[in-house]
Amino acid sequence: MEQLLQQLVNGITVGSVYALVALGYTMVYGILRLINFAHGEMFMLGSYFALTLIVSTRVGVLQLVPNVLLGLLLVFLFSMGLVSTVGVVVERVAYRPLRRSTRLAPIVSALGASLFIQNAVMLTYGTQYQVFPEGLLPTTVWRVFGVEVTLMRVIVLAISLGLMAALYAFVQKTPLGTAIRATALDHDAARLMGIDVDRIILTVFLIGPALGAAGGIMVGLYYRQINFTMGWTYGLKAFTAAIMGGIGNIPGAMVGGLLLGILETLGAGYISTGWKDAFAFVILIAILILRPTGLLGERVAEKT
Amino acid sequence: MKWVFQINEISLGPGIARTYALAGLGVLLVIYPLVVNDYWAMVGNFYGIYVLLGCSLNLIVGDAGLFNLGHAAFYAVGAYSTAILNTRWHVPTLVLLPLSAALAAMFAVVISKPILHLRGDYLCIVTIGFGEIVRIALYQNPFGLTGGPNGIFGIGRPSLFGFVFRRPWHYFYLIWAFVVLTIFAMRRLEESRLGRAWNCIREDDLAAEAMGIDTARLKLLAFALGAGVAGIAGNLFASNMTVIAPESFSFWESVLMFCIVVLGGPGSVPGVIIGAFGMFVLPELFRGFFLRSRLLVFGAAMVAMMLFRPEGLLPVQQWKRAAESRGEGARRAAAV
Repeated sequence: MEQLLQQLVNGITVGSVYALVALGYTMVYGILRLINFAHGEMFMLGSYFALTLIVSTRVGVLQLVPNVLLGLLLVFLFSMGLVSTVGVVVERVAYRPLRRSTRLAPIVSALGASLFIQNAVMLTYGTQYQVFPEGLLPTTVWRVFGVEVTLMRVIVLAISLGLMAALYAFVQKTPLGTAIRATALDHDAARLMGIDVDRIILTVFLIGPALGAAGGIMVGLYYRQINFTMGWTYGLKAFTAAIMGGIGNIPGAMVGGLLLGILETLGAGYISTGWKDAFAFVILIAILILRPTGLLGERVAEKT
Repeated sequence: MKWVFQINEISLGPGIARTYALAGLGVLLVIYPLVVNDYWAMVGNFYGIYVLLGCSLNLIVGDAGLFNLGHAAFYAVGAYSTAILNTRWHVPTLVLLPLSAALAAMFAVVISKPILHLRGDYLCIVTIGFGEIVRIALYQNPFGLTGGPNGIFGIGRPSLFGFVFRRPWHYFYLIWAFVVLTIFAMRRLEESRLGRAWNCIREDDLAAEAMGIDTARLKLLAFALGAGVAGIAGNLFASNMTVIAPESFSFWESVLMFCIVVLGGPGSVPGVIIGAFGMFVLPELFRGFFLRSRLLVFGAAMVAMMLFRPEGLLPVQQWKRAAESRGEGARRAAAV
């Protein structure tokens, strides 16, 4: 029982990161009907930018900002901002010119952009694993009903749930959020209502990469080891989560991410660790066979 | 009387040019392995294998319009079935060739049957999923069959009437014989009733269904045939390398095949030949220039290619026309 609870806590932590990254996929897909294969690289870039900022400003050893938490907050904001910029540039260069083209061309363009970013990072930082400095945050552990909860876990959960709640409120309550939902439904009708569709796409490419970057930073802080190839694996799983929840559906991505994290951790814990990465896809295939539009998905019209 | 002559000339002209071009390519194929060293013969072999893989995926993605980003799985089934049966029971690799093709095709039927109702991007992600599951399975060494991360070594070399294929240039003829055969078969298939039915499904599968095409069966057939050819490529790869390991069947490999098809022009066999050249031989030629930044340039080139020629290098005419009219419609809509 305690083991099960422990696995659940671990699963929710990983799952909340998947959910954050999945939001980027689902928002872009909702608006453009495009699988943004470069989104995994945004996650990876976030991690690398944060590492560079932490090492160069020596957060925690306290040269510039005395308070660790304040320092980390600044690291988050700066890295997310930088990654958003990259996201917008990728959209401008690799996706915008292909918006009216065949369906296959943007896929290849996205894969090319992803390969480019990955190798740019590899050439800058080298092929070896990069390690986050030790002892940034105190390793406090609480025991709740025999379950170990570390401070890092609490922070990861708090940040991801906070960001998700903020995004949900933004999309549901603000005028810009309403415009995003309208554009996802129908570009032309949205344009007739006076919505600047290009601006909406820009907004989505600002928010998505920023959320992905936040996920990447947290994975870096949590596991402390990062590699330039991690965008592929996390990206693929987050995309799986987005599809599980029903792609284009924002609450769906959150549910899908958490569910994937939990099922994957349980599978690794009770069945086999070696097959851990395969569980995600087995679950995905099962869900799509039984419910082809995902758990919360309504039918998303195909782009013609 | 003069105009009859002209018609004759017009219809004869391109035909003769084509015959000469094909004969030239044939001569080049025969001479190439005799004049180059082992390394470049090996490059030629891999090029041939990628053309085979490109053709097989082109059947699924280009002709039938089914997004498959997990084609490496079928390739892996071909290669591993050959490797396992050859190293355990010493079945000659050439005998295993049709068997590998059949096994890959059966595997494709089993996995694609439940997912064929999925459309576009959903199919894309599910095939990625299958590709990853197969790759992870190869690593996990189920029942001690696949040899885990080290793979399988000591795969026998093919022999034909007592002649054993040993040197890379021996293989070159073997592989390219299959390439030529496959290209010929693909061209015939394209112009057949079946090929037209696939194209119809690609353009609009609802309309195809309404025209009386059994879309479910034909989609399954596209997967089975494509996987079968990929199985042949896997068999040739295994006996050519004599060692295989899971990293040859990664997601990246599927991406490479997908890009070969799209870069060349989906549905176009000459496109596949050019696409495989661009995706495999060109990077090989430039290996010396940018050793470390090779993939960086490669990624940028993929984006640039799509920006300048989104329809591919040698597109099928219909595709080109469709893309143009769509672009024109969009432009008109923008103007209004």
